[in-house]
Order: sequence, then C-alpha cells, then structure tokens
Amino acid sequence: MPQISETLPAHHKHCDELFSVAEEAAQSGQWQDCKGAQVRFSRAMLAHFEAEESILFPAFEKTTGMSGGPTQIMRMEHAQMRDLLNQLEAALQAKDADTFSGVAETLLILMQQHNMKEENILYPMCDKALGAQLEQLDAQLSKTLAVA
Amino acid sequence: MQPVLSFEQAPPISVPYRFFLTAPLFGIVAGLILAWYGQDAFVSRWSSGALAMTHLIVVDFMLQAMCGSLLQFVAVVAGANIWRPRLVAAVVHPLITTGAVLLASAFVLEMPALFLLAAGVFAIALGLFLTVMALALLNTPARGMTIHVLRLAVLGLLITLLLGITLAGVLGTQRTEFPLLVFVNVHVAWGLGGWALMLVIGVSYLVVPMFQLTPAYPVWLTRILPVGLLAVLILWSMQLLAPHGEAQAWQSGVSVLGMLLAGMYACTTLWLQARRRRRLTDVTFAYWRVAMLSLLVYVCSWVIFEVFPQLGSHPRAALWLGVLALPGVFLSIIIGMLYKIMPFLNWLHLQRLCDPKAPPPNMKQMIPEAAMRGQMRLHFSAIALLLAAIWWTPLTTLAGLVFALACLWLEWNLIGAVRIYENFRDRILASGADRES
Repeated sequence: MPQISETLPAHHKHCDELFSVAEEAAQSGQWQDCKGAQVRFSRAMLAHFEAEESILFPAFEKTTGMSGGPTQIMRMEHAQMRDLLNQLEAALQAKDADTFSGVAETLLILMQQHNMKEENILYPMCDKALGAQLEQLDAQLSKTLAVA
Repeated sequence: MQPVLSFEQAPPISVPYRFFLTAPLFGIVAGLILAWYGQDAFVSRWSSGALAMTHLIVVDFMLQAMCGSLLQFVAVVAGANIWRPRLVAAVVHPLITTGAVLLASAFVLEMPALFLLAAGVFAIALGLFLTVMALALLNTPARGMTIHVLRLAVLGLLITLLLGITLAGVLGTQRTEFPLLVFVNVHVAWGLGGWALMLVIGVSYLVVPMFQLTPAYPVWLTRILPVGLLAVLILWSMQLLAPHGEAQAWQSGVSVLGMLLAGMYACTTLWLQARRRRRLTDVTFAYWRVAMLSLLVYVCSWVIFEVFPQLGSHPRAALWLGVLALPGVFLSIIIGMLYKIMPFLNWLHLQRLCDPKAPPPNMKQMIPEAAMRGQMRLHFSAIALLLAAIWWTPLTTLAGLVFALACLWLEWNLIGAVRIYENFRDRILASGADRES
C-alpha cells in the first residue's frame, strides 16, 4: 500500500535539491544557470502545492470533516511561499544577488518548517484517515508531481 | 486534555522575545563578575565567583533562551498550541530572572536565606513551565524522534530542578552531614546531559538538516543517543545510593560511556555538515561547528582526566570543562540559533500584517551580517581567552571583559532586530490607518 508519508517527503527532498542549485548559481553570479535552476525549482514547488491543494487536502477534509484546521494553515503557507517565489524571480531578473540570497534564506526556513509539520503530523494523519483511498490518491499525486 | 490541533505558526512574538532579550544581559553580568574577581574566581569551581557565574550562565542565559525557544519550537513540531503562552511567559520569565539573581547573590554574598528563596522561586517558575511543556508534548499526534527526545529533555530539566532545590535547601539550612559533592555531580550531569544536551540533540535532528540541507541523522543513531544518554544518567545517579557518598570505580566507566555518546553525536553532526547540499556558510553554521568542536574537546579532555587522575583532580580541571561546555558548546549553539530564529520570526510576524504587494524585509535584512560575524569572532576570542586564563590566571580579567563585551554586542544585535520589527510594524499599521481614513 503506498503511503503519503513516503511519496510527498521524497518530493520535498527533490525541491530542496533544486533550491540549492539555484541558490548556489546566484551566489556565484552565474545568472544564466540560475535562471534555468530557478525555473525548475519553481515548477517543482508549484506542482507540489497543486498536488496537495487539489488532490490531497480536499480528500483529507472530506474524510475527516477538518476543513478549518491544519490544511487551512498549510494553504496559507503555500501562499506565503508563492509570494517568496515571485520575489526570487524579481531578484533574478534584476540580477540582485543580495536580495536573491535574503529571499532564498527566508524561503528555505519557511519551506523547511512547513515540510516538518507536514511530514511529522499531517501526512501520517492522512495515511491514517485515508486508508482505502490511498492507492488512487497516490497515483493522482504522482501524476501531478511527474511534471516537475 | 487533547490540545486543539491548530498548526498555528507561532505564539505572539513578545512571548519568545522577552526571554531572548534577557539572556545576554546576564552573560554581561557574568563576564563582569569574572573581571571583578579576577584570578580568585578561577582558583576552583567552588569559589563564590565561579559558582555565581556558572549559575548566571546556565540559568539566566541558557535556561532563559531555551525556555523561550521551546515555547516557540514545540508549537511548530508538536502542531499544538502551548496553553496560554502569554500567561506562561508573563509568569515564567520574571521568575526565572529573579531566581537566578537570588541564586547568584546567594553564592556571592554567602547568605543562606537567599538559597531557600531562590529554590522557592524556581519551583514555581519551572513547575509551571514543565507542566505546560509536558502537556503539549504528551498529547501531540506528531511523529518523529524529536518529540521523544524533547520529552526526555523535559524530564531532564525536572530532575535537575529537584536536585537543585535539594541542594539549595541544604545550603540554605547549612546542614553539614549531607553528601553535597555527590548531589552536585548528579545535578550537573542531569542539567548538562539530561536537559541541555538532550534538548540540543532533539532540536538538531530537525534543524541541522533543515538549515544546511544535510542528509538526515542515521536512524539507528537517533535512537541510540537519547536512550543511551538516559541510561548513562540513571547509572550515574546510582552514586546517590552509595554509602557515605564515596566515588565508586564503576562511575568512571559510566561517565566515559556518556562521553562516547556525546562524541558520536558531535562527530556525526560535523560529518553531516561536511556533506551538506547547501554550500553557503553563514554565522549559524560557524557557531554550530565551533560548538561541536568544543564538545569533542570536552569529551577528549574528560577521558584524559579519567586516564590521568592526577590531572583530573587538579582544581582547575573542572573549570576547563565548564568553559568548554558553557560558552563553548551551549552558548555557541544558542547564539547561532538566535541569529536564525529572530530574523525568521520578525519576517513571519510582519508578513502577516503586510500587504502582499509590499512585502516585509527579508531575513538577511533583520540583523546586519557584518555585525553578526563581528560578534561571533568576539565570542570565539572570549572562549579562547577563558580557556587560556584557566592555565595562566593573569588573563582572567581580560577574558571576563571580552566575554562581557561579546554578550553586550549580542544584545545590541538582538535589540536591533526588535527595532526593525517595531519600525516596520508601526509603518504598516500607520499605512493601514491612512487607507481606512
């Protein structure tokens, strides 16, 4: 039986990897490389948010009846991260290394504490609550994440 | 009582900040006490100056910062809000501060009644803090080793507190037939190993991979470390039961086992950091590295002192270990973490108030990088000078002054972060009022 607490954390790691490539390129002033890395990172992040917001969270909310709790906060943090991704993009366009590095640092910490809450609390709750639907959900999630 | 699973990101910003801003102040006082006493303070760990300084650092700097961080951290890792955080902070923070001042004064002025007063104050402050923490950590649905290790750390603090209260009671009533040394040995082991190191281990399982994108700690190690450390502490505590409180031969073996665990932890952390995916290094990273190296030097020194008892029984051997453990390991980690936590909390709280089109300053704009680096170099110089002063005492006054200065600079940097927060908050609120009017 597939587990949410295996599929999605693996994609978090993938996003981390792409983040570190983009950050390192900006740090060393390789703006062309940074652009490519940033596009890949951003695409992976947005696909992850999409997979959670349109597939996982609605299934969890429907099954548990908890629509105003954990998933709402996670959506709010996704919005914060989308904002930071836009700021990162603007810093990249302006080739502003200081701003890029400051925004990247902020995004990293926000992203990591967000992942921590999902991996330690929300995903295990999903595995427990969604039992029979897990197979189908996992297939849908994997399909959405496959684009990035 | 099942806490509401809110996932709320943070208690009000004033809750952790009051602890963070108080902590360095007592580092300044400790440094000045050392400079004032000069060479006399470093005669042995039992001198009034050394005891007062030690407690100012472990209680008012370390405990203060650790309590503030836990109120913030547990809300995130346990996914549950702390019970009435404003009220808890309003009671615990002033009482810890008062308790530490009373305790340090009791040592300096040698007034027995102050020990009893300090014990009472700590009992109330930490009794409340421990209850609130235990409720949050026991009722959480969160998984992961960190939660288990944090529970053990809270237990460690409870035992340290109970032993501390016992010792304060003995000093306060001036009982002479009490096995004081044995109780002190066990109190220190629980305070440094069962509380402070246990907490650092639990937190590092999450933050070391998180800040530098390192691989995770090996699962087997994450299990062995807390259980092993707990077993060592329980065995070490058996000396309380020994007749006449005499040191037993097996205690040496038990302590070396504990050092082996601490050494494994430090080596693994350094190894993980060497394999980080994020090549960028910052002040927090440098502080963690120095803390882990200090821990390794501490472990090696302890083992050498056990192998060569003539060296280990030197009155200054314990001071050497104390400097490595307190400014070397724990203060380095705490300062490194404050430099990460405060800029993030500033951003997080401002972000909530902001218009999305006018975002708040990013984390790196909260405390200037150069100021953090300068403060860090001064802190490392203070550690080096303190270690040197133990073997060449004329350096003591200078070491105390440099340590006080490093703490002052830290306070200045943290106040700067708070001022940036307040300025932006006021600006955002004023622009909101303008729009409404």
